[in-house]
Amino acid sequence: MKRLLIYLSLLVFPLTLWAQAPTGEAILRNIDKNMVIEQAVSRSRMIIHGRTGSRSITSKAWIKGNDKAFVEYLSPAREKGKKMLKLGDKIWTYTPEPHDRIITISGHLLRQSVMGSDLSYEDMTDNDKLIELYDAVVEGEELLNNRHCFVVRLTAKMKGVTYHSRKIWVDSERWLPLKEERFAKSGKLLKTTEILNVFQVDGRWYPKEMHFKDMLSRGKGTEYFIESIDFKVNVPDHQLTKAALRK
Amino acid sequence: MLTFKLAYRNIIGAGLRTWLNVFVLSIAFVAIIWTQGLIEGMNKQVMDAMIDMELGGGQFWHQSYDRYDPLSIEDAHGSLSDGLTTLIEKGRATPVLITSGAVFPEGRVQTILLKGIDPKQKIINIPSEVLQIHDSDIIPALIGGRMAKETRLAVGDDVTVRWRDVHGTFDATDIRIVGIMNTSVQSVDVGQIWVPLASLQNMIQAFDEATLIVLEKQIKAIPPDDAVWISRDLDYLLKDLKELIRTKSVGSSIIYLLLLFMALLAIFDTQVLAIFRRQKEIGTLMALGMPRRKVIGLFTLEGALHGIMALLVGAVYGIPLLRLSAARGLSMPETMDNFGIALSDTLYPSYGAGLVMGTTLLVLIAVTIVSFVPTRKISKLKPTDALRGKLS
Repeated sequence: MKRLLIYLSLLVFPLTLWAQAPTGEAILRNIDKNMVIEQAVSRSRMIIHGRTGSRSITSKAWIKGNDKAFVEYLSPAREKGKKMLKLGDKIWTYTPEPHDRIITISGHLLRQSVMGSDLSYEDMTDNDKLIELYDAVVEGEELLNNRHCFVVRLTAKMKGVTYHSRKIWVDSERWLPLKEERFAKSGKLLKTTEILNVFQVDGRWYPKEMHFKDMLSRGKGTEYFIESIDFKVNVPDHQLTKAALRK
Repeated sequence: MLTFKLAYRNIIGAGLRTWLNVFVLSIAFVAIIWTQGLIEGMNKQVMDAMIDMELGGGQFWHQSYDRYDPLSIEDAHGSLSDGLTTLIEKGRATPVLITSGAVFPEGRVQTILLKGIDPKQKIINIPSEVLQIHDSDIIPALIGGRMAKETRLAVGDDVTVRWRDVHGTFDATDIRIVGIMNTSVQSVDVGQIWVPLASLQNMIQAFDEATLIVLEKQIKAIPPDDAVWISRDLDYLLKDLKELIRTKSVGSSIIYLLLLFMALLAIFDTQVLAIFRRQKEIGTLMALGMPRRKVIGLFTLEGALHGIMALLVGAVYGIPLLRLSAARGLSMPETMDNFGIALSDTLYPSYGAGLVMGTTLLVLIAVTIVSFVPTRKISKLKPTDALRGKLS
């Protein structure tokens, strides 16, 4: 009898845990709380592993809401002074002297790689709330890098969402998508991202080190490091204008 | 007639000097016709190729379509008007749908234009029939030779393409290269992949839509423009090409103008020298009662006869040479592929009657003017001074 009770409890325990698992919607809300930025200024470093070697690019970014962002490249010397502005669904890139040229990027060109990295302009400036774009279904639980994760399948709620579906492994404690697979409408895997290190800023967990890989291109991917980020800053409006590109 | 006889006798009497002038002028004459013929031939060849493989007898463009603006291409598509649909059903026009995308040959990314065309169309001369494959799992694709070289793709290769549908969602799939076309028209080749129209419409979710309509070459009744579809005739479609050829022809014009200038300078020099050395003859003619006007006419005619003789001499060796080059053509080096226009491997010069007549007139008029200018001095010459050899 005692043995039967033990077997029954072993059987019921995982079901109880499953019953306690948050809904997909709740998971997305938790991720958005961490990942979506109202205002921030960050410094980051990107290491691009190309065919001929690796390049390291540092930049400073000003972000306001999901439709305004400004990035200035700080190093190396070849990239220094280049700037990028996102306003709505358009991006402008600025190349300093001697070119002194502003180029508008929209539509399909937003999918182009930023400086040969595995990140597109769209990925680089993406700050949309997942909850508004996707329906989420929890598919299971897995251990990833010794962290307990919920495996969640996201499917676009509406037409026009960049990635039609995603599969994310969400840290059940820190609510960060530790691993992500982004799919085309046809189901083809387009991109993977991994969060390899995290840090806590102003009470929220945020990625410290990430790895991006464009699955259609050959290469070793791009490493992305957030060196510092300040969420309590007030980003001035003049910083997010076309005039700021030439300043 | 007397003036003509005198003039002819005088220039033949000048011997080698005349024949040198005539020969130099004839070279200029033949060179002008040859270079102009090359440009004319290039013009004709490029336009014929573009009409044959891309432009047809004209096109209708979606109002948002701008072939030079990659940002507008994704929005440049729409449903066909009734008039255009009727033309397509009658086989007198064919729709083409265009969107931008990226191809990943061997893991490298390259921005491309995806173009959808009806595999059964006969309007433009691209081998779209190779796209007729009855396997729903495969999207067949046709590319040009330059694109194949650039991407290192061959027939039978599968390659991933990525695009964005009309709503903005990205999609990707593998396509199979089923044909590689050899074409001189770069604008249907470089950076382009042709797929069946229905497949592309399905891929980008633009059902029954097109970006442009190509009309058959000899079409007579063209439907009127409407709010969405704008008619673009061949004058409009070839405007940039004509401008480009005109610009490029300036370089060759400089060469032949220089040659012509040198020949004319030789004639001018001969005339000035003749008037200086033949003062006594001028004085004698005037003393014998020949009016100044006739004396000027005589010297001008002598100069002009150089031009006529140059035409005859030029014809002797020029006609066989020009005929030979027109028949055999001129092989273009591979670097000419980067010229930016649809030049084929061999360029055939085209010598139209207009070109030959125009050049003949140009040379004769130029020679006559150059011959006349130094003779104006005769009008101020006193017969007594001339007889004494005193040129004032």
